[in-house]
Amino acid sequence: MIEVENLTRYYGTRRAINNISFQIEKGEVVGFLGPNGAGKSTTMNIISCILPASSGSAKINGFDTFEQSLEIRKIIGYLPETPPVYPDMTVAGFLKFSAGIRGVNSKKIPSAVERVIEKCSIKDVSHRIIGRLSKGYQQRVGLAQAMVHDPEILILDEPTVGLDPIQIIEIRKLIQELAAEHTIILSSHILPEITQICKRVIIINEGEIAAVDSLGGLTASLRKSERLSLTVRNSEDNLEEGLKNLVQVLSVSRGEENQFLIECELRSNLQDEIAKLALEKNWGIVELKPVPMTLEDIFLKLTLEEKEPAA
Amino acid sequence: MRNIWLIAKRDMGSFFNSPIFYVVTTIFLIIYSYIFINILSFFSMQSMQSGQFQQMGMALNINEMVIEPSFQNMAVILLLMIPIITMRSFSEEKKSKTFRLLLSSPVQLKEIVLGKFFACMIVVGLMILLSSYSIIFLFFIGEPDIGPVLTGYLGVLLMAGCYVSVGVFASSLTENQIVAAVITFGFSLFMWVIGWGAQSANSSTGQVLEYLSIIEHMDRFLKGMVGTSDITYYLSFIIFGLFLCHRTLDSNRWR
Repeated sequence: MIEVENLTRYYGTRRAINNISFQIEKGEVVGFLGPNGAGKSTTMNIISCILPASSGSAKINGFDTFEQSLEIRKIIGYLPETPPVYPDMTVAGFLKFSAGIRGVNSKKIPSAVERVIEKCSIKDVSHRIIGRLSKGYQQRVGLAQAMVHDPEILILDEPTVGLDPIQIIEIRKLIQELAAEHTIILSSHILPEITQICKRVIIINEGEIAAVDSLGGLTASLRKSERLSLTVRNSEDNLEEGLKNLVQVLSVSRGEENQFLIECELRSNLQDEIAKLALEKNWGIVELKPVPMTLEDIFLKLTLEEKEPAA
Repeated sequence: MRNIWLIAKRDMGSFFNSPIFYVVTTIFLIIYSYIFINILSFFSMQSMQSGQFQQMGMALNINEMVIEPSFQNMAVILLLMIPIITMRSFSEEKKSKTFRLLLSSPVQLKEIVLGKFFACMIVVGLMILLSSYSIIFLFFIGEPDIGPVLTGYLGVLLMAGCYVSVGVFASSLTENQIVAAVITFGFSLFMWVIGWGAQSANSSTGQVLEYLSIIEHMDRFLKGMVGTSDITYYLSFIIFGLFLCHRTLDSNRWR
């Protein structure tokens, strides 16, 4: 549905993205992940027909985002980083305007506005002036604006940035609901967000794609070691030594007070050995569990690995 | 067409929601009315005197002595006021990042430019309409000729169109509304005074400078004449400004 090929974009002489290629199928929920300034917004702006690419092409449903942008703009809904809301309009008035400008038939506008007001739960504020609303509500109005014409594709640029934890949970829930009927591209530098919502992740770093894979796939391919977390009641001085002496253990590091992180070889299944040792030495096991790799780890690993050969 | 109207309607809504429109219109009407009353009282003084000297009555003409100077003064006040009306067109959209909504919508760039232009034109038209009480009043107290009044309004509107076109273009250049207003004012004023160079220049350059002057073309409208060359001048001025605006916005995306 979305095909991006060798996309490059310069701002003046600064290269924002370099040779980015990926494909997104209909109905997928894809996360763009990368630190600030990695090129996520630039890529999204190109897909949303706001910016032309310096070279390469982006196609949606076979239409080129530059040559046939009017066709594409009918089927996408875009929420930029700053919600594009007019502060002097009322919520309902603004949504009516966005529906019109996005090409909704005049007769269908009231029902379309009604629907998104319901969906984004902004009914209470629908007659208030947008400029007086809190950031969370403005964000929701921004989201409502992006989906008022019921687009096939939703492009959301950091939809939860600047919101409080409760609002973040609400927006995430809303996006998860939307995922059922829409193709969604979501960008974020907050990792748990992507893990919760997206099935596939595109990691961008310094304008280039560092990895494209499903979450499980990413974790598996990047894992060269497994980690176990051990918490004990009585920590002895030689405890770390004891653990290190086990055959497949690569390293041991101390976490919180009586917690130890044990890095060991893949598929070593050391739990039994560690438990045996703990019983012998009377450490008093409180907890022994494998630590799944988080996106943070993946991210750091990918971006650091990229840099190493260069340095 | 629908998109142009939607954009124009939204812009007008924000004019009427903000104090700018009310402040500008009020000041415009106060200054215009003050000048108009002065012109009118001077005229009535002259008419009273003409009662004493028979031959002077021939020269008294309400069109020439009241309506024409009123229009000329209105043109000057509009020169000061229109930059304030147009300065926000694109500057504010860019600053508050709402422009992306328009850019990612199925709307052509030229529709956006025209929408902004017509929004400002309707607002300026409304200001001129409110000031027309003065001319209507003249029809109750005297017998002015309707022809020059109508062509005068056409001329003022076309001239205002030029200012608005410059203003919309200026506001596409910058995120800063004050910069946009200053550029608009400066350029409009320059196009006004450019004809002054005609006297000192040689005849062919002088003719060109005179033709370029925005105010020279007003005179014939005020006299009741609608000339093709004047209409061509104003319309091409307006279209050229909007064209530059369109190009600027388009090229912004490439930078």
